[in-house]
Amino acid sequence: MKARVTVMLKNGVLDPQGEAVHHALDALGFDGVNGVRQGKVIMLDLAETDAAAAEKTVGEMCEKLLANTVIESYSIEIL
Amino acid sequence: MQVGIVVFPGSNCDRDLEVAFRAAGANVTMIWHKETSLPKGLDMIGVPGGFSFGDYLRCGAIAAQSPICRAVVDHARAGGYVLGVCNGFQILTETGLLPGALLRNANLKYICKTIPLTVENTDSAYTSGYSQGEQVMFPIAHHDGNYTADADTVARLEGDGRVAFRYADNPNGSTADIAGIFSQNRRVLGMMPHPERAADAKHGGTDGQALFRAVVGAMQQA
Repeated sequence: MKARVTVMLKNGVLDPQGEAVHHALDALGFDGVNGVRQGKVIMLDLAETDAAAAEKTVGEMCEKLLANTVIESYSIEIL
Repeated sequence: MQVGIVVFPGSNCDRDLEVAFRAAGANVTMIWHKETSLPKGLDMIGVPGGFSFGDYLRCGAIAAQSPICRAVVDHARAGGYVLGVCNGFQILTETGLLPGALLRNANLKYICKTIPLTVENTDSAYTSGYSQGEQVMFPIAHHDGNYTADADTVARLEGDGRVAFRYADNPNGSTADIAGIFSQNRRVLGMMPHPERAADAKHGGTDGQALFRAVVGAMQQA
């Protein structure tokens, strides 16, 4: 079973990397981009076969290590 | 006075910190990160600068989960002294010993230069050798030094006098120009600037000496 974890800076936390990408898109002529936020994706290959159990375990991984919940939010997709 | 300095793969200021503590009169032991307990009788732990674990995932995140860090957290929770500099500050926030987090510098650049700081609070073992509002010159060398915390946390830090140092000219976007903060009991200090790199005349500045002398002196009296 695989899980995809998406970690993003929380809304309200300034994301200077996203801002820089936004400026670069503007410079390339892609107008109409209202905002850019940059995050990271972590793919996990799990031995677990039960989706609910996997989601619970991955949630603990996020709380303990994969995300810093002071500044980041995370979402989990079981694939 | 016994200091233990934790060494991670990628630490690069461990020896600088050792030299600065020794020059102030401390005995220093280096502690490899895979150790699960601290040597007996340590008065203080130093968490040095560098790029522990290559800054993978987030600066300090992997180091904060290493076996020795559990012992460092226990030491601090039991009232022990811990000084974290640069990557050490990032690690201390990741362990939860200090509030907030260090984000990428607002200008997205790695900044390496000597800059002025204001000593905000002298009521600690670390800062008692300075005078209130004194300006000191410390080097900074970081890519992720942009101190961030929610408004309530910052208000609490300010209200409790837990801001140790502030940037005179904010280089990295830190909230409220914060360069270093204390724990509630003021025994844990995390700071992005490097006092250990301004602790010898050959460094080009000696403003950091007062920090090491003060904290070593406080331990020797205790």
